[in-house]
Amino acid sequence: MAVMMYWEAIRRAHDEELANDPMVIVMGEDVGVAGGTYKATRGLYEKYGPERVIDTPISENSYTGVGIGASFLGVRPIIELMSVNFAWLALDQIANTASKVRYMSGGQLSAPVVIRSPGGSAHQLGSQHSARMEKVFMGITGLRVVTPSGPRQAYGLLKSAVRCNDPVFINEHELMYNLKGEVPDGEYFHPLEGSELAREGRDVTLFGYNVSVHWCLQAAEVLAREHGIEAEVVDLYALSPLDRAGIARSVSHTHRAVIAEEAEAPVGVGAEVMAVLNEECFFELDAPPLRVSARNVPIPYARTMEKAAVPNAAEVVQAVLALFGRA
Amino acid sequence: MDIADRKRILRDMLFARRFEERCYEAYVERRIGGFLHLYSGQEACVQGVMEAARPGHDYVITGYRDHIHAIRCGADPKAVMAELFGKETGVSRGRGGSMHLFDAAHRFMGGYALVGGPFPLAAGMAKAIKMRGGDEIAVCFLGDAADNQGTFHESLNMAALWKLPVLYVCENNLYGIGTRIDRSTAVVDQYRRVCGYGIPAAQADGQDVEKVFEAARVAVEHVRGGGGPYFLELLTYRYRGHSMSDSNAYRAKEEERMWSGRDPVILLRDRLIEAEAMTREDYKALDTEVLEEIEGEIIAFAEASPAPPVEELGRYVWADDGSCRPGGAG
Repeated sequence: MAVMMYWEAIRRAHDEELANDPMVIVMGEDVGVAGGTYKATRGLYEKYGPERVIDTPISENSYTGVGIGASFLGVRPIIELMSVNFAWLALDQIANTASKVRYMSGGQLSAPVVIRSPGGSAHQLGSQHSARMEKVFMGITGLRVVTPSGPRQAYGLLKSAVRCNDPVFINEHELMYNLKGEVPDGEYFHPLEGSELAREGRDVTLFGYNVSVHWCLQAAEVLAREHGIEAEVVDLYALSPLDRAGIARSVSHTHRAVIAEEAEAPVGVGAEVMAVLNEECFFELDAPPLRVSARNVPIPYARTMEKAAVPNAAEVVQAVLALFGRA
Repeated sequence: MDIADRKRILRDMLFARRFEERCYEAYVERRIGGFLHLYSGQEACVQGVMEAARPGHDYVITGYRDHIHAIRCGADPKAVMAELFGKETGVSRGRGGSMHLFDAAHRFMGGYALVGGPFPLAAGMAKAIKMRGGDEIAVCFLGDAADNQGTFHESLNMAALWKLPVLYVCENNLYGIGTRIDRSTAVVDQYRRVCGYGIPAAQADGQDVEKVFEAARVAVEHVRGGGGPYFLELLTYRYRGHSMSDSNAYRAKEEERMWSGRDPVILLRDRLIEAEAMTREDYKALDTEVLEEIEGEIIAFAEASPAPPVEELGRYVWADDGSCRPGGAG
């Protein structure tokens, strides 16, 4: 196992998939000559040429549509949207075409595109560059949504997404590209469905995904050390389809749940997980589940305000203590 | 175009007219549901372009006024009607409906219901053709109102930048839903709007199938020959409202009469009669033959076909070919 950074893991997956299949292409703003805003495609333009590593104009909806149209004829595009905030512009092609074309054609066409995009609060990027959109994407039937919490998943999920005949949205995070972790030396395909047990525990389940997995892990350490509470951490790397059985399995074991999400609460991942708990294992619950979410505000610019808007590990600890009546 | 070609084309266009008008009746009879956009009046456009292109070989994509485009690519009219009736034997197995006809075997890559949506899809298909190294072209048929979407400009830019083999055909029927073109569009001549992208463009009479064919031949040759994208505007008119829910009250009767005086079917018919290649009686006989085919074969097939099985409601949402578990993942 080699230790590498998140961006290096993504770059390696790109490189291997480009080498494996001449129909794989990469497209997006600055992915070519510039090597990608977060270096995820560094050196690939030089290696595979401008026909396969394509710098696009700033036309998110249409270059996404170009990728989708190409995928009808067997091309396997990996589309990078520089920031998930720009994905709003591409929603027409993603939601109206990619996610529906197999269905409305009665199985004749598929849109096997991969769309990668980072989101989340980074360093004072302001309201229009800090939003999370996973809750929007996971509501689109026919679109798979995955969100890697570390380099191993980032590598293996991209590899699997490229081979998958469904459109896949990969939700990354601007603060995580330099995160280090072990990645298998050999080729590795991470499942596009399911969840991962990131930490075993018996008292409460903390559900996280992407960056919030790390808040949950940090919170679990504090809870064990300072409060004698053993938290289980479940990494929901697949947001659609969601691992309903895995969610119920963990809570049937711990009987308590906290969901940590970086976005605002309404119609979000937390709301969806709570609905799953209701539907799958309501009578296993010893306490009502809680969510830790962003405040209901556009993400502000000022450092102190930005920090106050977004949740963190301490808030996860507080939520767990509240569940146990110790807050 | 010789006499035999013209006669075949006349039958095709007459068939298209009768097919669409029969759809109108079936809609009134409530055998077709949803939205229904009819092509009556515009027949020469797709006919002339597909005479110049290669149906079943070139990839064609369009908007929601798509019945005749599917048929001209080679789709079985029986399966098109069955789709409108919502049947399992329909071209999209009853899942698509009037606005979402697909026939991938004949490279009819679909009808799409978001105005302007197919512009980038067509450019993408052209990108794929270029990568595969084939001699096909992508042909995108859309109406004039689609040119006011951002996708029009974004896609033309990329098609020109990457020299993609795509032919954009604008069927300018002068109305975007119920708004006349000069009330929605600053530059009414659509082909003039394309010059900003360095794409060759032309305008032709969309009511005269021979003129459409001549213009399309130049366009197709340019694109197939590696010259990059081309934009062809065809001036035409739809007889019916935008869709069946449209009373058509926004158009002057005089304007409608003017255009029906340049009916594409009648224009070609009269030319054949004048050339003594056909008599009025021949035409009547042809019309009867077409009507009988539509009623006796097409409508009968659609009616007799089964509805899609409700147990299959969830089929085709997700890939069921194992591709999403590569290497046994998951």
